[in-house]
Amino acid sequence: MADSDISYMERTRQYYRAQGYTDDYRWAHFESVPFTRPVKALDQSRVTVVTTAMPGDAASRSDREVTAVPVAPPPRRLYTDHLSWDKDNTHTRDIPSFLPLWQLAQLRDAGIIGSLAPRFYCVPTEYSQRTTIDTDAPEILALCRQDQADIALLVPL
Amino acid sequence: MVTVILGSALDIVEYCGVPRFLYSDFPLGNPCGKPGYRDMQLAIVRQALSMVHGIDQPRATWRAPFTWSENDAWRAAYARVDDSNRDALQRKGEQRRRQQADARAAGQRRAPMID
Repeated sequence: MADSDISYMERTRQYYRAQGYTDDYRWAHFESVPFTRPVKALDQSRVTVVTTAMPGDAASRSDREVTAVPVAPPPRRLYTDHLSWDKDNTHTRDIPSFLPLWQLAQLRDAGIIGSLAPRFYCVPTEYSQRTTIDTDAPEILALCRQDQADIALLVPL
Repeated sequence: MVTVILGSALDIVEYCGVPRFLYSDFPLGNPCGKPGYRDMQLAIVRQALSMVHGIDQPRATWRAPFTWSENDAWRAAYARVDDSNRDALQRKGEQRRRQQADARAAGQRRAPMID
């Protein structure tokens, strides 16, 4: 970590304490990290995307669930207001800045990757790590397998 | 499933422990490249995908070779707490706790995120 890299954990801790929260959030931490090696060449691989943005309709905002969204046509907007990205210094109106479907389409057309999965997946940001591990992650994995994805790019906001 | 994370919260992702992580030193929200910068966005995703075959052990972090701006002022701004906003943050927290209590009473399964 360079001196200029922001310590988001400490910043967030102080920010929540300033709001009167007394129990510091405990970020996910794993001593053992699973590692899957690719079995196909990249130009034979199908790639998908997992995002913490949600589809832009009101129902998704009030009742956040894992949602699969077709990559075609590409979404014109996604709901990100509920996420803790830096709202003072940037924006999320340009979808390729956080959901790389355009980039993957370019790489597919150039023969760099084999294909794009037919859907990408929206996963709710969740304070409960148990819910993420026991409910959301298995559902995302099942969707990846349904769509025969070989590689998943995970892009949290 | 082979995975690569693209993100900008270096400490959080490394603390978690992930297989492959491409870090963009940008304000949170645009880990795939600055809005409107298509060449950069393409290069970042291409670099992320090169980690698929380029990494053979977990907890690998690569850095995207781009800077957000010449002006580093954005680094100090995120989640800033000082005398100018301390009272407002306290009020915000009180409001959020009321909202969270209402959400629980209404049976919402997932807690609203704290802003």
